[in-house]
Amino acid sequence: MALLELQGIAKHFGAIEALKGVDLSVEEGQVIGLMGDNGAGKSTLVRIIAGNFRPSDGEIRIQGQVKHFHKPVDARSEGIEVVYQDLALCDNLTAAANVFLGRELKRRIGPIKVLDYAAMYDRVGQIFNELKSETRPRDLVKQMSGGQRQAVAIARTRLSDARIVLMDEPTAAISVRQVAEVLELIRRLRDKGISVMLISHRMPDVFAVCDRVVVMRRGLKVADKAVDQTSPEEITGLITGAIHTA
Amino acid sequence: MSTVPTRPLQSSVAIDDITGLKERSLGQRLSSSQPFWVTIALIIMCAIMTWDQPDAFASADNFYNITRNFAFIGIMAVGMTAVILTGGIDLSVGSVMGFVGVICGLVLQAGHHWATAIAAALLAGAAAGAVNGVLIAYVGLPAFVVTLGMLSVARSLAIVLSENRMIYDFGPWGDTFNAIGGGAVLGIANPVWALIVLALVFGFIFNCTAWGKYLYAIGGNENAARVTGVPVRRIKLEAYIVSGLTAALASVLIVGWQGSAINALGQGYELRVIASTVIGGADLMGGQGGAYGAFIGAALIEVIRNSLLMAGVDSNWQGAFVGLFIVLAVLLQRIRGKRSA
Repeated sequence: MALLELQGIAKHFGAIEALKGVDLSVEEGQVIGLMGDNGAGKSTLVRIIAGNFRPSDGEIRIQGQVKHFHKPVDARSEGIEVVYQDLALCDNLTAAANVFLGRELKRRIGPIKVLDYAAMYDRVGQIFNELKSETRPRDLVKQMSGGQRQAVAIARTRLSDARIVLMDEPTAAISVRQVAEVLELIRRLRDKGISVMLISHRMPDVFAVCDRVVVMRRGLKVADKAVDQTSPEEITGLITGAIHTA
Repeated sequence: MSTVPTRPLQSSVAIDDITGLKERSLGQRLSSSQPFWVTIALIIMCAIMTWDQPDAFASADNFYNITRNFAFIGIMAVGMTAVILTGGIDLSVGSVMGFVGVICGLVLQAGHHWATAIAAALLAGAAAGAVNGVLIAYVGLPAFVVTLGMLSVARSLAIVLSENRMIYDFGPWGDTFNAIGGGAVLGIANPVWALIVLALVFGFIFNCTAWGKYLYAIGGNENAARVTGVPVRRIKLEAYIVSGLTAALASVLIVGWQGSAINALGQGYELRVIASTVIGGADLMGGQGGAYGAFIGAALIEVIRNSLLMAGVDSNWQGAFVGLFIVLAVLLQRIRGKRSA
């Protein structure tokens, strides 16, 4: 049974049809590349899975069970975590504070609840270790490189038992070395049995880490292929519409 | 086909060595903290004045006066810090102080208990803060405009309620009320004790509670705070209520000290309060600042004023010197910011 199944997902914004009925399934531990030109409906699809939008039509199933996400917290409680394109980080806070933002660890001293810094630094240190990232829990995010900032955003998804991580353009604005770091982080998530949906414009990244690539065009899914059965040329053709479907 | 290396990145040091490192040593942290440098400036200024005017400046009387004078501003600056941390501003604190003072005076004049007067004062301050907070956090209006409106409304209410008269007949409980604001314990004025306790409590809240951390997060990146599940609107509302409450507390103490309530009380104080927080290292863009900074910033402004008076400088120059220090403080912050980035 697929971990996540979308069936006939459609979304209208007034007269605009952003999605026209998309079927998609994600298996455990799979890395799926979601590609498409601007306006193809990738971001809308991700936002529906993340609980930011409600679909106009269609069903979302997690392990066969139909789910309705009214807000992001609902999706998060089903093990769906999102790494936002802008990473949603506070530059003035430490890495640990950012990772735990909104779900801080607290300790009771009499009647008052106090932040448990020691436990948070510890846990975040462990997560960075697992991710093999050279990021220090006590560093301020504003002093970090693009790759380290990604690590902080990805570390957030490791706090809970995430089963699916959606990543929106994680390699769009960082250096070559940092791209390699981020791809390595994605592989580590996969090795832990976590499914990753990677939204990207960068062909090399998708072919380096993904098992499957899904192409969207004008609100429709036009291809869904294993990476070893396709080529960057074919995918490019599918994205631009030079190749109709595959 | 793939242009990206797939082997893990090698590094000559173990990751534990790096992740275990402290971010900065104590010395580095101090030297990059604005309140630390303001404290040094304050000590130097006091040292010079003590050397220049040992009898007038370094006397117990003068110490008592200086600390009491900045306590009122300092108390409001601590509450203002909560608002400024979220990236907001509260221009209404001076007017709220006047409004609350008149309410205090009227309640006492009617013969009510001093505790009733204080409760009414805190309630009025919290209500003014809540109106600001709802309009800013839930309706989404800019903080500058909303609190500018409240500056006008609260002052007007103070004048209307007081019928433009000074209230000095405080009824049977007036003496106790005046003793709270005007008295002293162990040679230190009560408002100063109130400021010390408040600064300690809020220093703890800002650093050690989730509520405090959320203020910094909202000021750092409000959108990030929202998507990670921080109750942004509620926290912002509460910050403005805190600012209203500290203005009310300062008002209760200053009315007790003066023994009368006038509707012009606190006029222009908002600028001195904001100046204190900024000199103490608060960033008006949000996300930067602290309770000790508010305390030390208020202290520095008062010592500058006092020193100029003692040095025989025409008191009309005070504004120029205070203004100079505000700009210097922000300049210092900018230089340090560049170095640490």
